[in-house]
Amino acid sequence: METGFTGLLTAAVFLPTAGAVSILLLVRGDRNIRVVAAMVALADLVLTLVVFTTFSRDDGAQRFQFIDYFTWIPGETLRANYILGVDGLSAPLVTLTGILGLCAVLASWNIKTRVREHFVWLLILQTAVMGVFTSLDLLLFFLFWELELVPMYMLIAIWGTGRKEYSAMKFLMFTILGSAFMLVAIVAVFLTPEVGTFDMRALSTSGTMLGAGVLLPLSALFWLFFIGFGIKLPVWPLHTWLPDAHTNAPTAASVMLAGVLLKMGGYGLLRINVGMFPGQAHQFAWALVTLGVISVLYGAIVTLRQTDLKRLIAYSSVSHMGLVLVGIGAIGITQGTLTSAGLNGAAMQLFTHGTITGLMFLGAGLVYDKAHTRYIPDLGGLAGRMPLVAAGLLIAGFASLGLPGLSGFVSEVLVFLGAFRAYPLMTALAVLGIVLSAGYILWMMERAFFGVRRERFADITDASLIEALPMAILVITIVGVGIYPAILTDVFEYGLRPIIALIPVAGP
Amino acid sequence: MNLYDLYLISPPLAVACAGILVILLDLVFQRKGFLPYAAFAGLMVAAALLVVQSIDLADANDLVTDGNVRATGVLAGSLSVDRFSLFFNFLVLAALGLVTLSSVDYVKRMENFRGEYFGLMLFSTTGMMLLASATELITVYISLELVTLPLAALSAFLMTSRSSEAGMKFLIVGAISSATMLYGMALIYGFTGATKLDEIAEVVKSAAVLDTPFGGYALLVGVVLMLAGFGFKISAVPFQMWVPDIYEGAPTPVVAFLSVASKAAAVAVLIRVLFTGFFPIALDWASLITVLAAASMTIGNLAAIGQSNIRRMFGYSTIAHAGYILVGIAAAVRTSGGYSGGPEFVSIGLNSVLFYLAAYVVANLTAFFAIIAISQRTGSDLIEGYGGLVRRAPFLAVALTLALVALIGVPPTSIFIGKLVIFTAAVKSGLVWLAILGVLNSVVSAYYYVRIIRVMFLEEPKEQEGSKTSPVAWFALAVSGIAMIGIGIAPGFILRAAEIAVDALAL
Repeated sequence: METGFTGLLTAAVFLPTAGAVSILLLVRGDRNIRVVAAMVALADLVLTLVVFTTFSRDDGAQRFQFIDYFTWIPGETLRANYILGVDGLSAPLVTLTGILGLCAVLASWNIKTRVREHFVWLLILQTAVMGVFTSLDLLLFFLFWELELVPMYMLIAIWGTGRKEYSAMKFLMFTILGSAFMLVAIVAVFLTPEVGTFDMRALSTSGTMLGAGVLLPLSALFWLFFIGFGIKLPVWPLHTWLPDAHTNAPTAASVMLAGVLLKMGGYGLLRINVGMFPGQAHQFAWALVTLGVISVLYGAIVTLRQTDLKRLIAYSSVSHMGLVLVGIGAIGITQGTLTSAGLNGAAMQLFTHGTITGLMFLGAGLVYDKAHTRYIPDLGGLAGRMPLVAAGLLIAGFASLGLPGLSGFVSEVLVFLGAFRAYPLMTALAVLGIVLSAGYILWMMERAFFGVRRERFADITDASLIEALPMAILVITIVGVGIYPAILTDVFEYGLRPIIALIPVAGP
Repeated sequence: MNLYDLYLISPPLAVACAGILVILLDLVFQRKGFLPYAAFAGLMVAAALLVVQSIDLADANDLVTDGNVRATGVLAGSLSVDRFSLFFNFLVLAALGLVTLSSVDYVKRMENFRGEYFGLMLFSTTGMMLLASATELITVYISLELVTLPLAALSAFLMTSRSSEAGMKFLIVGAISSATMLYGMALIYGFTGATKLDEIAEVVKSAAVLDTPFGGYALLVGVVLMLAGFGFKISAVPFQMWVPDIYEGAPTPVVAFLSVASKAAAVAVLIRVLFTGFFPIALDWASLITVLAAASMTIGNLAAIGQSNIRRMFGYSTIAHAGYILVGIAAAVRTSGGYSGGPEFVSIGLNSVLFYLAAYVVANLTAFFAIIAISQRTGSDLIEGYGGLVRRAPFLAVALTLALVALIGVPPTSIFIGKLVIFTAAVKSGLVWLAILGVLNSVVSAYYYVRIIRVMFLEEPKEQEGSKTSPVAWFALAVSGIAMIGIGIAPGFILRAAEIAVDALAL
């Protein structure tokens, strides 16, 4: 296994924390705090873009690049290492974290209460997410996974709205429960006699390492991990924390939550459930697809009934993240290229849903800031008053329902392409979910932004420059990926190829 | 007794002398401010002697039994000075040193008996240090009493009705449990004819005792009765009834000391007695420990949920942590798969216990130091009094938050690694269900720990009154807090120390 120390990823992971510490101790004045936080987030975005653009896609290149390695816990008892690195699967997600991190900081510009704390928690959160996507040691992975808990809890509970404390606690308890199962599985993997390592590179190269002599059956490990990641994704029936958390979170937290925290679940499924347990993933593909389709349909149907703008977007997330599972289910078939399409679609869905939902929450947050209500029947005719916000939400909505030319189309097509051969009936049902999503998106747009103009919204202003900036960043990403999807699919495919090669019958 | 004997027992002796000296100084001088520092200086002397002994241990396993020394029968074979006892001696001394510093503010409110306060602490510590070295049952008993009696007096120190009740309860429950333990020891002596652990082990191994009528049962009953005494000290279910009352009534620094040091010393003696004396019948007592572990974790955590007084809540939390420690001890004996013992399981299980103790000591001390400082400002130990603390005393609030996060077992803190090694050992020994129960218990514990964080960060600030925290108390808080995070980020050193200490038991 490659060792060495490049330093680029370490910088990308810990730069936000360094920013948080300096905000905590050095920076005075709310305005300065905002500016410093934005500079830090911007610098971090630049670092992640460097990672993404210089990541080598050549055939002979290493699978994992930009490795940062040193021995963390020596001795026989634990033997853990500090390993950071990215492959084709994680490099785009790291970039996504950089983009949404900057958007979240900009979206917090109008926070009035406890400004310093807000940005400190936000930046620590970014370190945690960045660490999850880059760590290649299971123990380090778990450490970052848990690090995200307290900042998110605080963001929801302090700056949220409505039943914020209840929602924050619910989020916390669900996540801790999931990671408890995950921890048991991590320990069991480490204790497998032939393994004795937390190194994810070793664990995901030769699928046979976990073949014999495990303490728990491999399928038990698979499901323990699945519960941990499934809660985060979230998959029906473990999704109930999500609507509450999203609805009551402040805009920045919603953006991070929907944009990157849910992606940690999908990333974990691809990296660990598929990458380390390919046999079990193949064996249980039917279950994953079933759960995925239920999530898609259940999420979509419930979304149709929502009247709260943010709650609607939250339930639509349940629906759209179900597609990730459907895409992963493509490993249930024997034809290599279609499997590749399915997994590629699942990974793409992670990225595109991150940008689309981020944009939606930005828009919804602005509507709530200015109109002071998220109750859709009370809104109406806002498009004339706030054209920028309406345009942003419209683009996000169209991308979400899969309009060609926008990023959502690409991932959805890939998912259906991959899964159809394996599970035609199920996939057809999932397509129905997309039809429903067209229904609720258009219904929401029509009610909130068009229709009758209401007198009391007469003096509502449009998004200011600083408010429009994060929306613009996301619109550019969505359109860019929609027009030229190969910028992402190439990288994802490069990263997924070794994982697909492990699947017993699919082959490369 | 010759000079070498004196050298071997010099660290506990130094602590005891410091205790006497502090009381005498209290009588002589009018200004009492220097007393804690005098006690601290005594500790430093003891620590220096420990360092000398640990250097001596570089090329010996046990200073008592190695080489020609053995022939002379040092200390009548009742004590052992090995790396195992040194590990715990260092741990106990570190805890006492930090508690002494954080008591500086606290004792100022006492009119009298400041010297006695520190003197009794030092005497109790002497008992703990001897307990970690004891290899003979009578020594174990005497050391245990030496630990308990000063603590009972200290619990009653505030002279309020709550405090007196705490002291009385501690005394009575302690007396009952040591009587039970003594009865167990008598049974063991009666059937093995020995009080030294290595001689007991010989008899148990030879199975001679099993041939006598009821011999096997009597031995087991003896072990179980002794476990009652140890269980009282480590506050495991079902010997936990005294814990919440004393945690609520006794002076807070005493509670801090009690919750870590006396638990550590009791775990030390529990390990030494069970694993050097009664290892051949490990299968019999290990299943009992498994049950105690499961019960302690579950009952402690469930009972902690409803508490409104933070010290009472910590009382229940410490019961739960005793449960986690017992998980590690149970994991040191492989009970499933028809296989008992084996050095591999013993060392992994006990390593994890020692590490967990060190991790728990620093985390719990951090929490209690913050609680002491906060209660001086708010004058209350009710959780509702913590409202908006983050804006009144941000550093205290952050320190307590970190400690609470650590106690849940969230990385990057010491107890995360501690729980990880404990549950790793349990899974390895085939106690998967116990590991899963432990992890689920951690989830439950998150609920009541986070509740305090919620109050500190989310509720509106209350009126501020009371006195500031002195630099010495800040220092103690900073040291324990940094150690807590430091061990979480770089646990290698303590893990290695635990390995070395367990190797010294030569199992």
